[in-house]
Amino acid sequence: MIDKFVRSVAEALADVKDGSTVLVAGFAQVGEPRALIDGLIEQGAKDLVVVHNTAGREREGVARLIGEGRVRKIVCSFARSRGSVLFEEVYARGEIELEIVPQGILAERIRAAAAGIPAFFTATGAGTKLAAGKEARTFNGREYILEQAIYGDVALVEAWRADRWGNLVYRDAGRNFNPVMAAAAKLTIVQTQHVAELGALNPEEIVTPGVFVDRLVHVAAGDPPLKTLV
Amino acid sequence: MAAQAWQPLDRTQLAARVAQDIPEGWSVNLGIGIPTLVGNHVPAEREVVFHSENGIFGMGPAPTKDKINRWLINASSQYVTLRTGASYMSHSDSFAFVRGGRLDLCVLGAFQVAENGDLANWARSDDDIAPAIGGAMDLAAGARRVWVVMEHNTRDGEPRLLERCTYPLTALACVKRVYTELAVIDVTDGVFVVRDMLPGLTFAELQARTGAELRQA
Repeated sequence: MIDKFVRSVAEALADVKDGSTVLVAGFAQVGEPRALIDGLIEQGAKDLVVVHNTAGREREGVARLIGEGRVRKIVCSFARSRGSVLFEEVYARGEIELEIVPQGILAERIRAAAAGIPAFFTATGAGTKLAAGKEARTFNGREYILEQAIYGDVALVEAWRADRWGNLVYRDAGRNFNPVMAAAAKLTIVQTQHVAELGALNPEEIVTPGVFVDRLVHVAAGDPPLKTLV
Repeated sequence: MAAQAWQPLDRTQLAARVAQDIPEGWSVNLGIGIPTLVGNHVPAEREVVFHSENGIFGMGPAPTKDKINRWLINASSQYVTLRTGASYMSHSDSFAFVRGGRLDLCVLGAFQVAENGDLANWARSDDDIAPAIGGAMDLAAGARRVWVVMEHNTRDGEPRLLERCTYPLTALACVKRVYTELAVIDVTDGVFVVRDMLPGLTFAELQARTGAELRQA
């Protein structure tokens, strides 16, 4: 019987090694695997390369991981989020490397890894300072630059419902980076709000097939926190 | 000193002016700031499909406070709603859609626009400590049309419409039209062409506030 559920967050993360590249899904507070991020802070792995849409916000989650000096390099599209003070402090001290990637290229570099494509050409960023040092080629009269795949050692994902095979369904805008990151890492760890019986999820509606998932942990985290409205 | 004979558009009027030009059937992405307000001025019966980078196709207006769905935010992290017919997609599909040329229009804010259509909207210097690109480069390079909404001048009165941008570029030769509180200006074959301007404002006054040559339509 295939059963990918483990009993705790600690068990799910037990063998994450120092120096790992960790793909962390979520967009702002929605679809973010907070229990797994907090678990990684507890677990103690260091010298990490973290791939996430932002460099974290306020003093929680990815920001806290950075603040505790555990991240060697952050790969993100947005380093200046609301109150991203921890990142800015660590960056100002020269203790973290920053790689800024346009958001769609971040998603596509991860998708490329998932699809076995080591690099691809894109028009995004061509002619800008982000093109520096990248191979440029012209196709059909337009300039494109070469972008390399981002392979994860570990992916941290949040699902709405999961069955024991690891078939996943997401909720609303909580889908975001979750499916693409789930498919691009050697070890994909999922926290799920709800557990479904095998067969209860409609095969037509499963977003991430279980074949991409290695470990599941049930975390009934509830709705994302309500943020102050702009 | 004579009172000026014209009154610049405020943010709401500017957003409404942009909305007026968006036809039914287009798929449209709205950037942060005034562009986000544009959606409020497209009447519901005109079916325009709003896209958000975080995987929403068919986004509706902001909810009332008692109707907030905490799982439903747009790319600016604001709570939104879905309109009937909406769908979700992953981040990779969301940007494949943009780069694949299926987004009819992206409305973005900007620091500067050049007469060749170059756009600068992500950094004001080369040594920005914590730059924030987000999806702007993908949207600017991928959308079929980029319209910019910005103030005609900086707070110090410097022009933002220029012969060449001085800030780091977001994308080359992508801007098709610029809406400011003073005028609507097309970028056509390397020239700024004034399509519409405030009643009472003279062409010479507009030219004096602009850092590149304007042409009358």
